[in-house]
Amino acid sequence: TRTLEITPLNEVILKEIAMFVESFIYKHPQEAKYVFVEPLEWKTNLDPSAFESGYIVSETTVKSEEVDKDGQPLLFLSVPHIKIRSLGQLSRLLLIAKDRKSCNKNPGLDYNTVKEDTSTVNILDKITKDEDPESEIKMKVGMLLKQLDLYLLNHSLKRISLQICLNPTTVKNHIELLKHFSGKGEQTVLESIDYTSDYEFSNGCRAPPWRQIHGEICYVLVKPHDVETLCVTCSTEGVFLNEDEGEINYERKSEIYKDLVTFFKRKIGKIFRKYDIRFTEEWKKENEEPKEVPKKEEADALPKAFLASSKNILEKNQINFGKIQMTKRLEPTLNWKATVDFKKNTQEKKHGGRLGRSGPPVSPGRAQLVRKSAEKIEEILSDSSSENEEDEEPPDRRQEANADLPSEYWQIQKLVKYLKGGNQTATVIALRSMKDFNLAQETCQLAIRDVGGLEVLINLLDTDEVKCKIGSLKILKEISHNPQIRRNIVDLGGLPVMVNILDSPHKSLKCLAAETIANVAKFRRARRAVRHHGGITKLVALLDCAQSSAKPAQSSLYDARDVEVARCGALALWSCSKSNANKEAIRQAGGIPLLAHLLKTSHENMLIPVVGTLQECASEENYRAAIKAERIIENLVKNLNSENEQLQEQCAMAIYQCAEDKETRDLVRLHGGLKPLASLLNNTDNKERLAAVTGAIWKCSISKENATKFREYEAIETLVGLLTDQPEEVLVNVVGALGECCQEYENRVLVRKCGGLQPLVNLLVGINQTLLVNVTKAVGACAVEPESMMIIDRLDGVRLLWSLLKNPHPDVKASAAWALCPCIQNAKDAGEMVRCFVGGLEFIVNLLKSDNKEVLASVCAAITNIAKDQENLAAITDLGVVPLLSKLANTNNDKLRRHLAEAISRCCMWGRNRVAFGEYKAVAPLVRYLKSNDANVHRATAQALYQLSEDADNCITIHENGAVKTTASLKREFLGYSKF
Amino acid sequence: MSKPNPFLSLEFSILLPPTHFFLDPTPLSHTDFSFFTFKKSEVECLIRLFHSLVERANVRLNNFGLDRNAFRAILHSVFGMTDDMLMNRVFFAFDKDNDNCINAKEWVKGLSVFLRGTFEEKLKFCFEVYYLNGDGYISQEEIFDMLKNSLHQQSSEEETDEGIRELVDITLKKMDYDNDGKISFADFEKAVKEDKLLLEVFGPCLPEAKVECQQLKLVKGTF
Repeated sequence: TRTLEITPLNEVILKEIAMFVESFIYKHPQEAKYVFVEPLEWKTNLDPSAFESGYIVSETTVKSEEVDKDGQPLLFLSVPHIKIRSLGQLSRLLLIAKDRKSCNKNPGLDYNTVKEDTSTVNILDKITKDEDPESEIKMKVGMLLKQLDLYLLNHSLKRISLQICLNPTTVKNHIELLKHFSGKGEQTVLESIDYTSDYEFSNGCRAPPWRQIHGEICYVLVKPHDVETLCVTCSTEGVFLNEDEGEINYERKSEIYKDLVTFFKRKIGKIFRKYDIRFTEEWKKENEEPKEVPKKEEADALPKAFLASSKNILEKNQINFGKIQMTKRLEPTLNWKATVDFKKNTQEKKHGGRLGRSGPPVSPGRAQLVRKSAEKIEEILSDSSSENEEDEEPPDRRQEANADLPSEYWQIQKLVKYLKGGNQTATVIALRSMKDFNLAQETCQLAIRDVGGLEVLINLLDTDEVKCKIGSLKILKEISHNPQIRRNIVDLGGLPVMVNILDSPHKSLKCLAAETIANVAKFRRARRAVRHHGGITKLVALLDCAQSSAKPAQSSLYDARDVEVARCGALALWSCSKSNANKEAIRQAGGIPLLAHLLKTSHENMLIPVVGTLQECASEENYRAAIKAERIIENLVKNLNSENEQLQEQCAMAIYQCAEDKETRDLVRLHGGLKPLASLLNNTDNKERLAAVTGAIWKCSISKENATKFREYEAIETLVGLLTDQPEEVLVNVVGALGECCQEYENRVLVRKCGGLQPLVNLLVGINQTLLVNVTKAVGACAVEPESMMIIDRLDGVRLLWSLLKNPHPDVKASAAWALCPCIQNAKDAGEMVRCFVGGLEFIVNLLKSDNKEVLASVCAAITNIAKDQENLAAITDLGVVPLLSKLANTNNDKLRRHLAEAISRCCMWGRNRVAFGEYKAVAPLVRYLKSNDANVHRATAQALYQLSEDADNCITIHENGAVKTTASLKREFLGYSKF
Repeated sequence: MSKPNPFLSLEFSILLPPTHFFLDPTPLSHTDFSFFTFKKSEVECLIRLFHSLVERANVRLNNFGLDRNAFRAILHSVFGMTDDMLMNRVFFAFDKDNDNCINAKEWVKGLSVFLRGTFEEKLKFCFEVYYLNGDGYISQEEIFDMLKNSLHQQSSEEETDEGIRELVDITLKKMDYDNDGKISFADFEKAVKEDKLLLEVFGPCLPEAKVECQQLKLVKGTF
């Protein structure tokens, strides 16, 4: 007999049985004496001392005084085994146990009673067959048991019908709802909640099929606010905890709860805060009207409008639609708009983060920003959720059973049959034969999966047969190029097995396993699985192989194999390093010095994955520091000169990532890396490499010395040539590089002479935000030159810049406003030009209501320039610039302070604006700016205060607030500027 | 058959490859055995072992070698082989002079391939194990014989037979480069060089990798 699980239902049944048995001796004293043919046996932890009268008690045994015909005791306890041969004794035992509450509480005892139930029924059979004088009593016992049975059945039926059965849709809704209320901060109920598996089967379940038969629907990782992440199973029976340390372990570790929220309330009650009343309400609503479908038109119209306003946000998936519907349904009040906005923001940020990774982003400051926001999202969504690059689920295409199947299908099916039913020899032959199929072809890949070959192949990895493992891995390695197969391999639990193989002493096995992991770990869940099973440490250990044997020149064969192992390890790490948590794991496993060492080798196919890994990891600050410390830049530069395009690309990518840092940029120059970069620009066929190279040039040219060098290498001309007919990833970098280079006078002239202004201005009409940020910067840099400015003006560039102020993305807005400053400064008839834009002044003044500091600072700077023209100053004064500027005065941001002070001092020049600033209380905060550490702020503030002090009231305010407190040196500064 | 004898394993482990593999084997001075890849001390040890095995197996028979049963027992207990038919074939491959008995020379020579053999030697050895009738080819019937037990009994004997026949076809298609319906040494060599998995294509006849590994550990522990 198997032990039954403790479920609420079973417990109730147990109680009923216990009650029945307990009362049996009183209700049916006659029948209670009836002796069973076979005793009931089980283990108990009842202490012999618990038995009193009627029993013969020794230290470890207890016999009942009541005996059967043959003198055998009806109850015999020999700790911990107990045998009972009559219902009366059983009844008595339970009563005894009840007195000793501790024992009764013990489910162990109760359990076994359940087992008895089944065995009693067995006894029934025997009873009926016997023709005994006692048969009458037997019959009665039988009848009573049958009655009990019937009663129990009815009872449990009632219970079952009461139980709420969860189904995939409700679970999904619940999770979505919880997701909605998750995030950082006090206002949320949870920090995060996420499925362990991205793959959703057609029935809505996410659990692997063999778990679905147990009724399990999906597994959820939940991060409550102040406890460790919990792994929770949602099954049709309810919700329960299933893990210990971050691993899915299908064993049940907690009681079953009705639904997720009940689970949370019980399990992490304190943390799952009650204060969020709103949530509770939504929850109720959700449960009361689970069938309510949102009105279709509304739901559709909403995302459409949304889509129109920011085109590239929503293209991605329907989930978003679902979310919006959700939001709509849950918050029919005014709130929903805010939520959508928030969502939009995160989406945009995500989008930015994605670009930042794949195609290099924006200006240096901006790039950091992107990275930061990506990190922030990552924090919010836990682990590596921001890496959604290649994570879109491919549609699961199964070959139709009735469709015309290719002949390979049947042949493969036959081979799989031999795999299943053959011994080692047959298996090897079948594997070998399977390898002869064109495994790169999707038909074959899917055929293997559809006939159940994947399971067999993965099972083979668990055997001891090296040859079978090798054969199986060789096939898995090939077919795992298919994204669907990858997912299936992960779903079937292939990764842990492969990770274990990494420990094998067989080098070829290790290689194959690592290569397969490299193929499989192309998506987030797989990468996480590799990490969770300790794969990163093992992969890093593979890198060590080459190091130990590389020293003396041993047998070349041996050496080559070690190098191969290291290569495969690096390949797998490259795939894994796309997850941020894995990057950290690689670092902790001591991967960086090993990678640095491998970088010194000359094997090209080794260098590519090594540099690739470094390049991926260089997005992390501490990697960049380590790369600098390990003197990796030198080798990167060296490999730029290699013949291999992929290697060049990875090296350029790595330089791109690392060159955020000034010292690194200098190192690149010192090691002679700029020249190869410049010469690589001439080959434009390989767009990926071109993007990487231009990215590296961009980042390097942030240093002035480098920009000069690039001019010497004639890179500027080439860059200008690349401004047309290139994909966006390349354009972003090219424009970025030009923007940096144009900070130098010679380069600006060069760009103009090469005819770079026209294509640059043309790019101002794009939609790619990263590109726009860079283009505006480059145009702004060029506009510093009056001669260039003329051309820009003629090309209508200023108007285009101005219209970019309307771009929804704050970075674009700010960048456009910055670019406008030199334009207005250097335009011939700037005042007239500005006035020409209908509604332009009003718009820019209204931008002062923005809440983005960078936008504010840039708009202040633009206003400073606009206000140089008296007529315009009058216009913006009428538009209410004074109160808006005054409102901004209370800020700690030095950049904003500086430009705000400049704007204020400019605006003082009109009418009674000076007085107005005083009235709007802008003066007192300005005085406090003098405590800032930034000299630019001091200068601008001094100027502004000088302007303001021409009004007597303001003078008083200045003295009241600052003059006494400000130090002597600041006063000197103040006076000095006042004079000037 | 007897259980694996730990003493025996230990003796063998001294001779096992990986750690010594790439140290230059010093040329042997012993005239008779100079062509082996073993060191002199190892050969001596092997011969000692041989005599002790012979003594244990053939007390009654006044024999100077190991007969088939004794040899099979060793294959089973030390090298983890299980297939009777293949063990017979290994025996015949060891028994160069076809006297149904393995003498000391054959023993050392065979083991040198078994444990230290180069890839080419192993290739040749496997081929010898697989072709029986001495014509230098592995015929279709022989393959069938060797694969006879490779599929678990399916629903009917016919079906199993068909499956095996198919496996034979597959291997022939794979390995019979000259399309003469049988596998010559050249065929075999070519196929195995293309994919080493095919070395023991018709059944295990070399010491298992697992055994090697275990004994490698043992060696590492001992030295």
